[in-house]
Amino acid sequence: MAKLTIDDLKKIKERTHKDTALREGGATVKITVHMGTCGIAAGAREAMDALLEVMTETDREDIRIVTSGCMGMCSSEPNVTVETQGEEPVIYQHVDRNKMRQIFKRHVLLGEVQTDFALATG
Amino acid sequence: MRDFSLHIMDIIENGLNGGATLIDLTVIEERKNNCLRITITDNGRGIPKDVLKKVLDPFYTTRVTRRVGLGLSLFREASKRCDGEFSIISDEGKGTQVDATFRLDHIDFPPMGDLASTMTTLIVGNPGVDFVYAHEVEGDTFQLDTRDIREELDGVEISHPQVVKYIGDTIRESLAELRKGGNKYNGQTNYR
Repeated sequence: MAKLTIDDLKKIKERTHKDTALREGGATVKITVHMGTCGIAAGAREAMDALLEVMTETDREDIRIVTSGCMGMCSSEPNVTVETQGEEPVIYQHVDRNKMRQIFKRHVLLGEVQTDFALATG
Repeated sequence: MRDFSLHIMDIIENGLNGGATLIDLTVIEERKNNCLRITITDNGRGIPKDVLKKVLDPFYTTRVTRRVGLGLSLFREASKRCDGEFSIISDEGKGTQVDATFRLDHIDFPPMGDLASTMTTLIVGNPGVDFVYAHEVEGDTFQLDTRDIREELDGVEISHPQVVKYIGDTIRESLAELRKGGNKYNGQTNYR
């Protein structure tokens, strides 16, 4: 049976240690996926899956992903908030896999706010 | 909620909002007893006795952002629909345990859904929380404890994309193998 093996974890550790050592600076971008009952039912986990996927394709080590509860705007779920240091947070609405990938590639990596899906800023 | 994995994530979120630092999820599938049992235990702050009576009421919630709370109600309804039993016990200051059973061959038995995705989402989204997940199918068990993984990683964060991908893949493969080992019932439980 496939198991989490210590060897595999060690390999990952060795591969990633270099990157981690370079970081130190801490997070400059925080991405919050809202995971209340409403968000989950609307497909927030799929947005999260897509986000985790694109994260493996980048070397950026200063991006933090967190989840949080319902914001009270259940009708616009799934909601994702992107907070870049020194800028106003942007809340995106109705985020699916494709929108999540676009938000990550354009907003998080390149700094272009995707106003088409933005619900609000601030 | 479309499947078990989403229900599970939702119930676990309750514990996380209650300040839990350790979440235990146990899934047991037993064909001989025609039963699926899902048990979720957290060490959060627990629910006061007078509130515990109200948590299954959809129009009760402690949150202030909206006035309905559906998570537990939906899970209990799913269990009721499948001739199952549902219970929630809580000790203030110690934690909460939600336990639900489902009749495996019931026509309303939902798909299992993607538990690997549920676990990786929880692990990434809550870096300060540990998760213990055990999944038993016909006596064979898969087990995962993030405390062990953290120890092995020795400094590398468990939320590192490569680690998360590895955890997700491992869960997916292990569950597929558990499924192959046991007899299928109606081809209903699909892990994608």
